Amino acid sequence: MKSLTVLALVGGIATAGPAHVGPGIYRPAFPTSPAEREIAVPGFWLDREPVTNREFGAFVRAQPAWSRDGVKAIFADPGYLDGATTAPTSAPVVRVSWFAARAYCAWRGGRLPREAEWELAAAADAHHRDASDDPAFQAQILSWYARTTPAVLPAIGGAPNAWGVRDLHGLVWEWVEDFTAALVTSDSRDPTRSRVCGAEAAAAKDPRAYATFMRFAFRGSLTARDTVASLGFRCAYDQETSP
Amino acid sequence: MTRTLLLAALVFTACHSSAANPTDDFIEVVPAQQTPDVTSTPEGHPIMAELTTAPAVPPKIFRRHPAHVIVELTINELEKEIAPGVRYTFWTFGGQVPGKFIRVRQGDVVEVRLKNDPKNKLPHNIDLHAVTGPGGGAESTFTAPGHESQFTFRATQPGLYVYHCATAPVPMHVANGMYGMILVEPPGGYPPVAHEYYVMQSELYTSGKYHEPGLQTFDMDKGIDERPTYVVFDGAEGSLVGDKALKSETGDSVRIFFGNAGPNLDANFHIIGTIFDRVYPEGGSVAQEHVQTTLVPAGGATIVEFRTTVPGTYALVDHALFRAFNKGAVGQLKVEGPTRKDMMSPKKADLAYGGAPVVEPPIKTDGDPVLAMGAGTFGRICAACHLPTGLGVPGQFPPLAHSDYLAASAKEKIIGHVLHGLQGPLVVNGMTYNGQMPALNFLSDAEVAAVLTYARASFGNGLSRISPDEVAKVRGQTASAP
Repeated sequence: MKSLTVLALVGGIATAGPAHVGPGIYRPAFPTSPAEREIAVPGFWLDREPVTNREFGAFVRAQPAWSRDGVKAIFADPGYLDGATTAPTSAPVVRVSWFAARAYCAWRGGRLPREAEWELAAAADAHHRDASDDPAFQAQILSWYARTTPAVLPAIGGAPNAWGVRDLHGLVWEWVEDFTAALVTSDSRDPTRSRVCGAEAAAAKDPRAYATFMRFAFRGSLTARDTVASLGFRCAYDQETSP
Repeated sequence: MTRTLLLAALVFTACHSSAANPTDDFIEVVPAQQTPDVTSTPEGHPIMAELTTAPAVPPKIFRRHPAHVIVELTINELEKEIAPGVRYTFWTFGGQVPGKFIRVRQGDVVEVRLKNDPKNKLPHNIDLHAVTGPGGGAESTFTAPGHESQFTFRATQPGLYVYHCATAPVPMHVANGMYGMILVEPPGGYPPVAHEYYVMQSELYTSGKYHEPGLQTFDMDKGIDERPTYVVFDGAEGSLVGDKALKSETGDSVRIFFGNAGPNLDANFHIIGTIFDRVYPEGGSVAQEHVQTTLVPAGGATIVEFRTTVPGTYALVDHALFRAFNKGAVGQLKVEGPTRKDMMSPKKADLAYGGAPVVEPPIKTDGDPVLAMGAGTFGRICAACHLPTGLGVPGQFPPLAHSDYLAASAKEKIIGHVLHGLQGPLVVNGMTYNGQMPALNFLSDAEVAAVLTYARASFGNGLSRISPDEVAKVRGQTASAP
């Protein structure tokens, strides 16, 4: 990572491939067992920015099965890539199903980040790797969640956080690989479904973590073929291989 | 740990269970043990419910049988004003706060179609307090942006019920505007009235202070501390004021469906100058009569009925009055029609504290210490009967204004009346008085002289001054009299 940073500075390049994140400890907002209170997250690489319309367009041209007209109905709802052709090319791609996001990352030699990985990366503010207990940082995230999505999404390129990753907050929601893991299962008797409604406050380690509630509620509302106008993604990698 | 259990047990149990499969056919569920009417099967084709925006209420239901009723609600996240220049991102059931009013009949099978607008950023759902069943529909309707959910319930119990979003963090969804009401009308309905209105109280927790302009954001800390920036009726300050006031006419009956969204405070609903003929506390079936202020819990509702008798403008308030004066909890009801002096008179007298009148000097006393002293004494003592205007009360207290008696009487006689009082018949300006004036001999010579000078100079009398010496002379004569 250090060498990459140096490379980036020397080369004067805005981005130099994925950022290295971790290793670190992820403390889930809603541990479902004592063993889950602290989860060790091995180091991994994460895209510095969300995937853009330009990047996803290249993928669709390479793999027409993932085009708006070519996609199978079981893999994406009817809103899939709606408006993508007229959206700014450097804005994050949205209206992408979980299936399509996974396919894109596989095409890039990566995968979707796991929830623990995404949360670890997103807990950092500009200067601290773990700002999850900073009320000002949390309030900033909450105020973004509470605002409506602009009709035209702005381009990627927000300020980097302490890991060198941009736009984890303030631009779009992002898919994670295991978005269903904690919330929605096919068995409606699963007690973790209670999180949908508000019972999470009882199970949460911090009932003031409103921003986190909203992120988990959002993930919980999704099924894998869903597409949403404010939901994009980025990819993670197990090796330091810039695709 | 104990706290966690308490929270789970008390606050969130309604949401904390698996919901029935939303595709289940609810009609097969065994009906509640209510009236036989409730157990009957819905008849006819499905009906689209007519929904209204506050303060309007959908028309009364005359159906004699339960029906399959479809309720379509679209959730919109949008910027609106709390007060002029104060903007906020509201989350709404139907683009307005409070959400659309739903009116169904007891026994109806209600199909709720909840649409989360694609432009929205957040998932939402609906918990209707009229539902008997886990979560009140919350889990069955948990919906991502750009999607739609449906579920069906049977409205078994009559009454007025709050509905709200129950997506985490629930209090924030409610504070941001996600609430409304559903009325389950009993067979035959409520008695007909001239006007029905929909009013809902709620709190707003903004980053800025009260009336701080610009786009405000939700302040979580104020919410947790239960320190609202605004307490309002129908979603914003002034929603029921001026042109938007509720309206009625004299002799009309009014019913208000009043809900309290909270999310924190109880409401103390009061209409200034009105006694509710009937209140159905908590939206239930048993009425209380002759109520001044009714308590409405957060997440609860009440139905109030009254007749508008005296014309004028009436203020709707939360009688926890700082909320009305400093946080916006004021609405208006305008009643038009002929005046009703038999019910309430206009202002008859303007008395200072303690019963002494507030004197508006009929002549200028500026620079004249005698007239100023006289006006003061007159205001403190004389005006109580002769009135500040000097007009008196016909038949009871003789007038001092344009008084033929005053003009015709010698100074000594008038001074004597003040010092010794007066009783027995007296004719002033053609009217006979037979009252009693007390002796005011505790006044000094200067005070008696001043008050008489004031009265003789004022009220159109234009009579000459009286000096303290003249008063002393009369007082002396009396004292030396045998």
